[in-house]
Amino acid sequence: MKRKIIVALMILVSFLLQSTVFKALAIGSISPNLLVVLTSSFGFMRGKKEGLWVGFFCGLLEDIFYGRLLGMHAVMYMYIGYVNGYFNRIFYGEDIKLPIFLISVSELAYGLGTYVVMFLMRSRFAFFYYLTRIILPELVYTVILTLVFYRIIYSVNRSLEKNST
Amino acid sequence: MRRRDRFNIPSKYVLAVLTFLCIGAMFLSFLTDFDGGPLNTVSNYILIPVQRGINAAGSWARSRVDDLEDLRAVRSENEELRAQVAELTLENNTLLQERYELEDLRDLLDLEEEYSDLNTMAANVIGKDSGNWFDMFIIDKGSNDGIQVDMNVIADGGLVGIVTKVGPDWAQVRSIIDDMSNVSAMILKNSDLCYVRGDLEMMTEGTLQLNQLRDEDNEVEHGDKVVTSHTSAKFHKGILIGYVNEISMDANNLTKSGSLTPAVDFEHLTTVLVITDLKQQVDAEATESE
Repeated sequence: MKRKIIVALMILVSFLLQSTVFKALAIGSISPNLLVVLTSSFGFMRGKKEGLWVGFFCGLLEDIFYGRLLGMHAVMYMYIGYVNGYFNRIFYGEDIKLPIFLISVSELAYGLGTYVVMFLMRSRFAFFYYLTRIILPELVYTVILTLVFYRIIYSVNRSLEKNST
Repeated sequence: MRRRDRFNIPSKYVLAVLTFLCIGAMFLSFLTDFDGGPLNTVSNYILIPVQRGINAAGSWARSRVDDLEDLRAVRSENEELRAQVAELTLENNTLLQERYELEDLRDLLDLEEEYSDLNTMAANVIGKDSGNWFDMFIIDKGSNDGIQVDMNVIADGGLVGIVTKVGPDWAQVRSIIDDMSNVSAMILKNSDLCYVRGDLEMMTEGTLQLNQLRDEDNEVEHGDKVVTSHTSAKFHKGILIGYVNEISMDANNLTKSGSLTPAVDFEHLTTVLVITDLKQQVDAEATESE
């Protein structure tokens, strides 16, 4: 129960930071995506089920406040969390290479997914523009953010795991 | 592949159920007016107070910094403004006189008043789109304050966007620079109709698309004012959108298109005004008073 409350709080705080503070820190109107970092981390730290739930609620919050189609982001984040859950078995904590790699891939998948669903469907074909202007800068910024925030998420998770056993 | 969980529902079933649920919600919100209903209310009580707090703290800090920086600038500006006030008072008097004259003449002609006064309500921007693809933001006024979907939002005398979703104490606003925004507009000078569309590709240069302009007499040029048109179903007539940046003939040789620079600085938007009259309401009142 305590775990659920703390995870819920982390989702809320991430979402709030994302839509307020990070928007103020945006470089070239590109801001990092903390929700992907959170979803992906819980996926590989805790497995498929927790990954998909965290992703679902992150996406749902984004849908409620900024979405056009309710459920679209929820599905995307949910699958990101779920797929990251497959890597739970080769995840050993201290090493930061795997998390960085997985979060980058997740972020890339999120960017490509958004492009396909929201832009390609409306016949905006300038893929390379979107790739170089939005997807890649967001990816780089998110990876930099990961170096800081992953440690926090990891240590919160570890202390929760210590308490429960 | 199954992990041993404390709960015995395998995660792939959870995934399947939630996917189904989300796709259902997507169809529901696409086909009907459903916009989250109770979810908007629940999230209202959890998130909006905190968001307001963060925003208040942020703007407090910002204003302290600005105070120090601005003091000197403000002093010199004050001098200038005083001179300007004197000048403008004089000008205003003449204009007032002319207005009375105009009213008298209008009465004579028995013309209906063209512009009814629009009521506005100030609101703070408390959050911006968490992704980088679109340009939505949320404000701290909602249905409790009388905000409704389709109300126009303005700032600095220019059009900002339109309310697209409303919660009890918050509302979602889609700005005109958003990639999905499309506003029916006209050139102020000659009332030629056109469309103003947001475009993510042009956002970098800070411009918007200007489409389907007839301009048969080749009158429109750089710097002309573009305002919302009278044919728009949702936007009030005559709100300033921006200034024509460049314009060129389309391949069909009939219409022109180009770009325009918005009148509002979207990067530094903190407070906005919501026009609390809906376009249809104003029209209805106008016909009633006839």
